[in-house]
Amino acid sequence: MPALSVFEGNFLSRLWNDKETRSLVVQVIATLAFFAFFAYIIRNAYVNLEALGKGFSYEFLFQTSAYDINQHLIEYSSKSTHFTAMLVGILNTLLVAVCGIALSTVVGFILGVLRLSKNWLTNRLAYIYIEFVRNVPVLLHILLVHGIIVNTLPIPRQAISVGDGAFLTNRGFFVPKPIYEPAFWGVIAVFVAGLAFFAWFRKYAKRVQDDTGAQYPVFWIGVGAIVGAPLLAFVAFGAPISWDVPSLQRFNFAGGMVVRPEFIALWLALSLYTAAFIGEIVRAGIQAVSRGQTEAAYALSISRGRTLTLVVIPQALRAIIPPLTSQYLNLAKNSSLAIAIGYMDIVATIGGISLNQTGREMECMLIVLLLYLLLSLAISATMNWYNRRIKLVER
Amino acid sequence: MRTTKIIILGAILALVSTITQASTLEEVKARGVLNCVVTTGLAGFAAPDENGRWEGFDVEFCRAVAAAVLGDGEKVRFVPSTGKTRFTLLNSGEGDILFRNTTETMSRDTDLKLTFLPVNYYDGQGFLIRKDSGITSAMQLDGASVCIQTGTTTELNLADFFSSNKMNYEPVNSETNEESIANYTSNRCDAYTTDASALASTRAALKDPSAHIILPEIISKEPLAGAVRHGDDNWTDIAKWVVNALIIAEELGVTKANLHDHCAAPGDNPSINRLCGTEGNMGAFIGLDAQWAVRAIDNAGNYAEIYEATIGPNTPLALERGLNASWKSGGILYAAPIR
Repeated sequence: MPALSVFEGNFLSRLWNDKETRSLVVQVIATLAFFAFFAYIIRNAYVNLEALGKGFSYEFLFQTSAYDINQHLIEYSSKSTHFTAMLVGILNTLLVAVCGIALSTVVGFILGVLRLSKNWLTNRLAYIYIEFVRNVPVLLHILLVHGIIVNTLPIPRQAISVGDGAFLTNRGFFVPKPIYEPAFWGVIAVFVAGLAFFAWFRKYAKRVQDDTGAQYPVFWIGVGAIVGAPLLAFVAFGAPISWDVPSLQRFNFAGGMVVRPEFIALWLALSLYTAAFIGEIVRAGIQAVSRGQTEAAYALSISRGRTLTLVVIPQALRAIIPPLTSQYLNLAKNSSLAIAIGYMDIVATIGGISLNQTGREMECMLIVLLLYLLLSLAISATMNWYNRRIKLVER
Repeated sequence: MRTTKIIILGAILALVSTITQASTLEEVKARGVLNCVVTTGLAGFAAPDENGRWEGFDVEFCRAVAAAVLGDGEKVRFVPSTGKTRFTLLNSGEGDILFRNTTETMSRDTDLKLTFLPVNYYDGQGFLIRKDSGITSAMQLDGASVCIQTGTTTELNLADFFSSNKMNYEPVNSETNEESIANYTSNRCDAYTTDASALASTRAALKDPSAHIILPEIISKEPLAGAVRHGDDNWTDIAKWVVNALIIAEELGVTKANLHDHCAAPGDNPSINRLCGTEGNMGAFIGLDAQWAVRAIDNAGNYAEIYEATIGPNTPLALERGLNASWKSGGILYAAPIR
């Protein structure tokens, strides 16, 4: 056998017989196959769309949308563009995601603590709630809450009046709308100054305590700066705010602000559903802190409250935050079920009506996909940042 | 190992080379079944009955096309669609044809790359409202909450109607007709808007139909027509002439009952002979045999018979023929002649 071909044979066989080169070869092939597959799919879609005469284009975003949306946080009418409709949808998605995360966290922490209660009844009730809620699909929760709101609350003409100028109906919760006079900006300025002062004061107080051991009543000074000072300013400026009170017209209330039943239903359903999961995460997190930690704190005669805030919670948080992040992500993604009850989120606006009116399925779905991706990554990034901040400082 | 790789490579190549364009007619014939995109359920137009068999006005047009092409009106697979998914289903090839009380518009015809068939129902958008509201005209709807099915022309007409009359309203969107009706019956909205024919269908299905009225205003024109994809002219011709044949059969007095008498042998009326395929061979022009129209009519009769059986005055929908009467009896239903 000539020497050259022996060398060649060796080289080729080494590609497969040597463990390291083989794994490299397999990885290269797998990567190429992976990209080839997606390139094929994308090209296929592109060619088919071209064949139909529907080239890929986002021009439609700047055409008139011609449809109305009942809940818009920014100026919008049927004369706005599809782009504005998309922004309205994005804001509605963000609104329900942020409100949902806030409420689910509060309810979830309460549930988690109740699950650990020594009171048998409280403990069992929390347990039953969690098991019932988290074992029923969230879509049913959304439909159920919407059905309850729409079917049990009265129509506007028989509205339940709550306080002065607020009305509860199955068309939504109507409340007076504040109209700010110019002087109100002064109040805002005082509030911002209060926040800045408190941020500085907290650091200052901590430094003083570290140096001398003396403690300031940081909490009450904070309340005074953030709440008290703006209140004083508000009175001093002569209450520079007036109210646009909703009034009953032939069909509905006009004026004021309204929280639509679709929003309330989606918000409550998502929050209460996710809270059940968070409750379990919180319970597990607290139980993960060993009993010895608490006992050691008591032995040092640290009070019960301070034991909780200084010893138990900081350690429990480390076990809680990572799974909590994935619950937040679930909540944000589940908000896309909004269309089931007609809440006009991103899926219902750009991924729904705009898609249908313009026939740009690919383009619209890409926008929706990208938005959810960005939203999820943003939540992850925030939570990872927080997680790093609270993690154990190892020496 | 080598052989495995060659097999995989071969499979990939085979997959790539399968992007061929068979004509819709060949595809349907090879498959032996017609995929027809219909609504998810609109009584009278397309809805499954208690045995799961699809019934209705649109359904009979699907069956007529299947009968003409495949020789059997039962060889149809119905593809239910929402207002949002219907065109995607058609354009992606899930469906061969669409009969889903769909309004023909310029943008759908051009931008969405559809080809519309002859109009088979002249409709217009109206409002359904509770009688006890005291409203008698759509011009009194300022400030109302209006239920609407998303992804339809109706939401555009609604926006146009309210803005051109300088009135406000709150749109309450739903994905399907059923959800809209649920919202309407639970008083989430004051009025429900959609095509007048669908309102009649909805009203008939409500618990107490007499407690609801359809307002007199018709705020849009909605020529409802079937549709096919752009790009297959032969398939378009087949679908188009099946619809025309059903309309022409009514004009000529050819019914399911007398069809075989008329078509047994060439008669005195050349128009009927051409419809029956006993004179000339019109079927050859569209790639079918001479009996194509006979089979289409034999399925559920001519246009009038389909109308009477599904949505006419003697059905729960009780829709008068009105504009949809033949041009010979005062309507505007007028099909191009088969010659």
